[in-house]
Amino acid sequence: MKRVSLILLAFMAFAAPAFAVLPSEQLSDPKLEARARHISQELRCVVCQNQTIDDSDAPLAHDLRMILRERLLAGDTDEQAKAYLVKRYGTYVLLKPPFQANTLLLWLGPFLVLIAGGALVGLYLMGRGRLAAPSELSADERARLNTLLETPE
Amino acid sequence: MNRALALIPVGLFAALLVSFYFALGRDPTHIPSVLIDKPLPGFSLPGVAAGTPGLSSHDLRGQPILLNVFGSWCISCVQEHPMLMELAREGVVIDGIDWRDQAIDGAKWLDQNGNPYARVGNDKTGRTGIDLGVTGAPETFVVDARGRVRYKQIGPIDSDTWNNTLLPLLKKLRSES
Repeated sequence: MKRVSLILLAFMAFAAPAFAVLPSEQLSDPKLEARARHISQELRCVVCQNQTIDDSDAPLAHDLRMILRERLLAGDTDEQAKAYLVKRYGTYVLLKPPFQANTLLLWLGPFLVLIAGGALVGLYLMGRGRLAAPSELSADERARLNTLLETPE
Repeated sequence: MNRALALIPVGLFAALLVSFYFALGRDPTHIPSVLIDKPLPGFSLPGVAAGTPGLSSHDLRGQPILLNVFGSWCISCVQEHPMLMELAREGVVIDGIDWRDQAIDGAKWLDQNGNPYARVGNDKTGRTGIDLGVTGAPETFVVDARGRVRYKQIGPIDSDTWNNTLLPLLKKLRSES
């Protein structure tokens, strides 16, 4: 049994990592291909959702990779190529959400929480400052304290 | 005063929990269509078999219709199909796009399961589907008489989505045109 698992492990050591981007998909121009890879790592696969189209084996992700490469071959800039897909699938395909009306809370939320937290800490510290400086003793309290201190043990 | 302040983080945490709870109920696979209230992108597709009419975006004018995206490879489409057959019998106009499919496979699938479609276009390369922002099959667009997309149903139409969403919308669109 042990020997079998060792052999299996040995095989796993030689296994090549699987890439979704097939050699047949790649552009012959390495510069363009590098740009295509870079853009496709920023685009969400609409079938599998939390994968990039660069990672995904879904047929639709393959189609989108091909379209992306076609756009680049046709002379599109990176932004134009991305816009081509955004026009069809919406900003949903962008893994980095753009700063716009419906993402305001997403982008500004952490800062709001930070400000709110800071305000709470400030209020707390101010409250503690007040506690640290207690009010003066009244005449009655002073007299009582004196008698307590003067009383022999 | 301080006790009230101490409750603020607790309150914020409770609000987060409530919003997470509702977000859990949302289906993340529902990608909103960017085509809503916009004209259908132009396309012209051949039929699935010799002698059958194809489907072009110009055909989708004059009356509100359903545009259903299917494929012979699509499992949920088999599940949806009896519903479409029933709707076609009731006189609902449904056009179809045979998406990412060989025409011959689409034709065979329609022979086997019945053909509820007024017209079917074969989108072999899948490009028309992508132009429409299709993320999977089945998807169904409600297209009004002026050729504008008014709604997209993601996933199979069942009696619930038909009665509560699609039928009321079609009725409203019919009264518009």
